[in-house]
Amino acid sequence: MTTTSQSGAAHPAAPSSDRAFLLGLYQRIVLIREFEERVKFLFLEGTMPGTIHQCQGQEATAVGVCAALQAGDYITSTFRGHGHALAKGLSVQELLDELYGATTGCCKGKGGSMHMGNMDKGMVPGIAIVAGGIPLAAGMALAFKLQKKPQVVACFFGDGAVAEGAFHEGVNMAAIWNLPVVLVCENNLYGASTHIGKVMKNPKISDRAASYGFRGETVDGNDVLAVLAAAQRAVEECRAGKGPVLLELLTYRRTGHSRRDACHYQPKDEREAWFARDPITRFAEVLLARPDVKQADLDAIKAKIEAEIQTAVVNAQQAPQPTLANLTEDVFA
Amino acid sequence: MKRQGIAEALRDGIAEEMTRDSSVFCIGEDIGVPGGWGGAFTVTLGLSDKFPGRIIDTPIAELGFTGMAVGAAMMGMRPIADMQYGDFLFLASDQLINNAAKMRYMSGGTIKVPMVMRAPIGATGRGSQHAQSMERYFTGVPGLKVVAVSTAYDAKGILKAAVRDDNPVMIFEHKLLYGSKGARAEPGAVDATSDIPEEDYVVPLDRAVVRRDGQHVTILGWLLMAHFAAQAAEQLAKEGIEAEVIDVRSLSPIDYDTIGASIRKTGRVIIVEEGPKTGGVSAEIAAGIMEHCGESLQAPVVRVASPDVPVPFSPILENAYRPDVARIVAAARNLTQS
Repeated sequence: MTTTSQSGAAHPAAPSSDRAFLLGLYQRIVLIREFEERVKFLFLEGTMPGTIHQCQGQEATAVGVCAALQAGDYITSTFRGHGHALAKGLSVQELLDELYGATTGCCKGKGGSMHMGNMDKGMVPGIAIVAGGIPLAAGMALAFKLQKKPQVVACFFGDGAVAEGAFHEGVNMAAIWNLPVVLVCENNLYGASTHIGKVMKNPKISDRAASYGFRGETVDGNDVLAVLAAAQRAVEECRAGKGPVLLELLTYRRTGHSRRDACHYQPKDEREAWFARDPITRFAEVLLARPDVKQADLDAIKAKIEAEIQTAVVNAQQAPQPTLANLTEDVFA
Repeated sequence: MKRQGIAEALRDGIAEEMTRDSSVFCIGEDIGVPGGWGGAFTVTLGLSDKFPGRIIDTPIAELGFTGMAVGAAMMGMRPIADMQYGDFLFLASDQLINNAAKMRYMSGGTIKVPMVMRAPIGATGRGSQHAQSMERYFTGVPGLKVVAVSTAYDAKGILKAAVRDDNPVMIFEHKLLYGSKGARAEPGAVDATSDIPEEDYVVPLDRAVVRRDGQHVTILGWLLMAHFAAQAAEQLAKEGIEAEVIDVRSLSPIDYDTIGASIRKTGRVIIVEEGPKTGGVSAEIAAGIMEHCGESLQAPVVRVASPDVPVPFSPILENAYRPDVARIVAAARNLTQS
């Protein structure tokens, strides 16, 4: 039941071959990278409060999966959710405002980096307890099934979540009731600083699906088109009542687990090998192989993003901070 | 009007809410198995026939099905989750405390989690792990409403109010008060039946109730202890001590209006709690009384609670563990003579 699709696997003909669509994917990937790099700078210079868990290097997983979803579909995320949020359509401004604790943030400054979300845009605030989003997503999918609605949930989690009891319980129930949930495991090889080799006998995470009786697939998570294709298949199956599906997306975190982590536990040769497979560089190569895409097109996309982020940073640093009255609001509905 | 026990009243309440609102469903272990029990205490007996597909039997996975209830509630459903024994709430507590209780706040007030978690508690001959008083672990969690039902009338009205509430509500029930019948009958059960009106009604989630008027001392209790407090008051009356008995009922928030009005009248209070004294709900209530009406006290607050030990099995030890009528009477005598 487990298959592996690597880079070069058949990509769906449409709309993924459409120039505007592909450049849109590229824009999202670069947006996430640039956003994260800017956030890292702001955090390290000390103007941004809190803590951060970033996703540089993992942009293609978020963008590929979210591009397979429709408006009305939901995602759940984790403490490493900035990329998921941007991929699902949250704005740079509402995210930066949230990171600065402003009332104009996507969660009015009450969520912060680990709890980014906006239900109007289909994103549950990040669940920062490892695997905590899995039963939750299964429950959302149960609601869709009971309500006879066509929506699906894509549930993002990391390789570390697979060791949690919540993974087993949520996945098992999603399986026995054929729930429309795409279980998206971003396998970046490390749970915080611990390599998967130390915490799992079988490191092929997609194999787990077969033991629950449904389909799993390992995908090159740094190939946005491979992720998109796999996610489209999974979403289609879920919508047809044949869920869940487990997607294991192989990827790599270029930056620390959090804050000032210098990643000394990542071997140099491993880092270099993965850096050579960077999702942005690789997708740029795919795009530039087309006669209708020029380097200038890609440069223009990046320049526009940089300008957008710059404006948003200025706005966020001046965004309204909560008043003390806000402290006790929003506890109960 | 009909006479019902708590299990029957809850069953009717659930059925009426499921009929009224198609978003209401039940989820839990062994709650809808044909030929089964209708949950460990028969509360959902027969409902799976009446509501096919809406009484969802889960694997033995308390964390998982609780998380599913939270997720379904966020998507507009109104789940009633059934925790077979309250002790299992420890397994589910991540989803209750980190997700259900916080989701509204973390989302800046945009998400609603209208779910109900029902859980039986009480020392009832089952040893240490199917017996704890669990309410203490949840009363201090912002974002959760916590109630405890001691009569059939309240059970039905509070269940309905909880289902209709847009927040997560935990309903604690006592195994000796269900009035479960047949093979699931509970030895040592206490009569908690009520006259149940035919018409629809709700009982508010934030109000204590005075069960007996008195001038000399206020006795606070909930669940089984509310019954024991009332029985103690009957005995005390024969000695000329008139105790006012309050079923605290709402454990979070606590109704200090009702409690304070009584203490301002009596000047003396005993809080009775099944469960270890240290860290109990009674500690919170005692502190709250000091803040709200401490100046009215003519004597220090008295607590009657279980000793700080796990619930024992041996009936002799279990009976010594759980506060009883004699201990409440003795405490009241002592306090009113001070």
